[in-house]
Amino acid sequence: MDAMLLKRIHISNSTDIDVAMAHGAYASVEKAYAMRPVDVLDEVRRSGLRGRGGAGFPAGTKWSFASMDPKRPKYLICNADEGEPGTFKDRFILERDPHLLIEGMIIAGYAIGAEQGYIYVRGEYPAAFDILERAIGQSAAKGFLGNGIGRKGVSFDLAVHRGAGAYICGEETSLIESLEGKRGQPRVRPPFPANAGAWGKPTVVNNVETLANVPFVIGLGSDAYARIGVEGSTGTKIFSVSGAVKRPGGYELPMGITLREIIYTHAGGIRDGRDLKAIIPGGVSTPMLTAGHLDVRMDFNALLATGSMLGSGAVIVMDDRTCMVQATSVIVRFFEHESCGKCTPCREGTRWFSQIYRRIMKGEGRENDIEVLLSICGKMKGMCFCPLGEGAIQPVMSSIKYFRDDYERCIRKQGCDDRACRSKANMNVQPGQSESKCSLTG
Amino acid sequence: MLSPDVIERIHEKRRHYPDARAAVLPALHIVQEELGHLPADVMRSVAELLDVPESAVYGTATFYALLQWKPAGRHVISVCHNLPCTLLGAETIIEHLGRTLGVGEGQVTSDGKFSFQRIECIGRCDGAPAMLVDDDYHGNLTPEKIDGILKTYE
Repeated sequence: MDAMLLKRIHISNSTDIDVAMAHGAYASVEKAYAMRPVDVLDEVRRSGLRGRGGAGFPAGTKWSFASMDPKRPKYLICNADEGEPGTFKDRFILERDPHLLIEGMIIAGYAIGAEQGYIYVRGEYPAAFDILERAIGQSAAKGFLGNGIGRKGVSFDLAVHRGAGAYICGEETSLIESLEGKRGQPRVRPPFPANAGAWGKPTVVNNVETLANVPFVIGLGSDAYARIGVEGSTGTKIFSVSGAVKRPGGYELPMGITLREIIYTHAGGIRDGRDLKAIIPGGVSTPMLTAGHLDVRMDFNALLATGSMLGSGAVIVMDDRTCMVQATSVIVRFFEHESCGKCTPCREGTRWFSQIYRRIMKGEGRENDIEVLLSICGKMKGMCFCPLGEGAIQPVMSSIKYFRDDYERCIRKQGCDDRACRSKANMNVQPGQSESKCSLTG
Repeated sequence: MLSPDVIERIHEKRRHYPDARAAVLPALHIVQEELGHLPADVMRSVAELLDVPESAVYGTATFYALLQWKPAGRHVISVCHNLPCTLLGAETIIEHLGRTLGVGEGQVTSDGKFSFQRIECIGRCDGAPAMLVDDDYHGNLTPEKIDGILKTYE
């Protein structure tokens, strides 16, 4: 199928409002304003649109909670803190089609009754910050933002808020804390942001890609939209494909496409003539899969059924030279660094993970290390304050489940053996280093 | 002390929020752009300007990876070392940079030109291995390419 969300990104000057409008931008705003807010909300609910940030919560349902809450003002926040490692899908929209996002936010704001929106963009996307500020200025100049806009005379303003490098702020309550000027640490839920979010007011937090779908839900109508993709996962998904593939990149494809098609048809297959070893389907916090899972369909329910998750749709591909102990050590180091420190299981657990992996890589693995790792997973599971800790145990559990051999070899041989860690091309063991030790974290 | 220009830019940001504390992060970004890092006395000035506790500004400033509260080089090199970049050679790049710059991670070169640090995923996995130099993105890095990139910074 043709690209929908990414259809304008290759047009030159696509960030300019006149160019974007010549290619359809803002057409759905007028259509939405001709409807009642409740009908717009209903269209989104009927479309089956689910959140694209990772959790897959139905967007229309989330909106309706905030819409029904009588407290005012209400806030709409776009989560553009795209921090899940391997994910770069939102970057295309933020940097190349900001008006699509703004259009989606105008419609969402109208549906829930918000008069102020914020785009929380990660600090690592400085270009996106400037592009969004310029786009908002252009949109306001055309009368799409401000007071008394459209025939209904609604008010809606937008501001860009720049994050400063904290993965935890992708979690919506931490994002709200950060927006309020605090350290990005999660809040206890309930109350949910829909009832008590930013400054205690009803707040909807949606991912960039979720909001970018809204103009198409309204433009096509919910029935036509719901025919894209598969039941339970409607629409398209932008897959961020990285790692050991020939053509890494962002691919917008219908929900329900197989991993095999994504990796082999679109991303060109495995580079350097190697074989596939492992796939992370939705960013590093989603459980790893193997070559045996290539025919799994990439949609929310099918991935859950295999024991993994669609997450952000960040497909990280590893070839047969990758030592999974080493790869997992990189992931746990990340979680140790990003744990916000608020709750003990996550703060301590991620640190222990990191120490144990570092020890194994240094050639000091102990016979019971696998059991110790699994026992830490068991003590973190369901015990962490927010999804960060839950995410940290997934790579550990799944890599042990599918690649236990790698662990046993690393521990038994006191460091990784030749086939895996010593591979120079893949994991950077430098010539001349001890052959029995890993270089990555050692 | 904050310059009149910085104060005006912070006030401009302040208007977007119902509460002054929300302007802390934007203010810290503005100050860092201006000074390269966040000296303690400037954090105090930000606290006074926005009428929020100094501890709140300090707490926020020290939470986020991109805020530098120690003096940094004129240019900050941040190399991604997360999984997609590591799979394609980030460690080789980090080693090469350390050798070329003659400093360890987290340090500033003796001429004050570069700071050098590791960073978590910067969302450029399609161009792995990748790094940021200040606000500029550089991808598909090789040791040879690094040498050319460094020359373009004054």
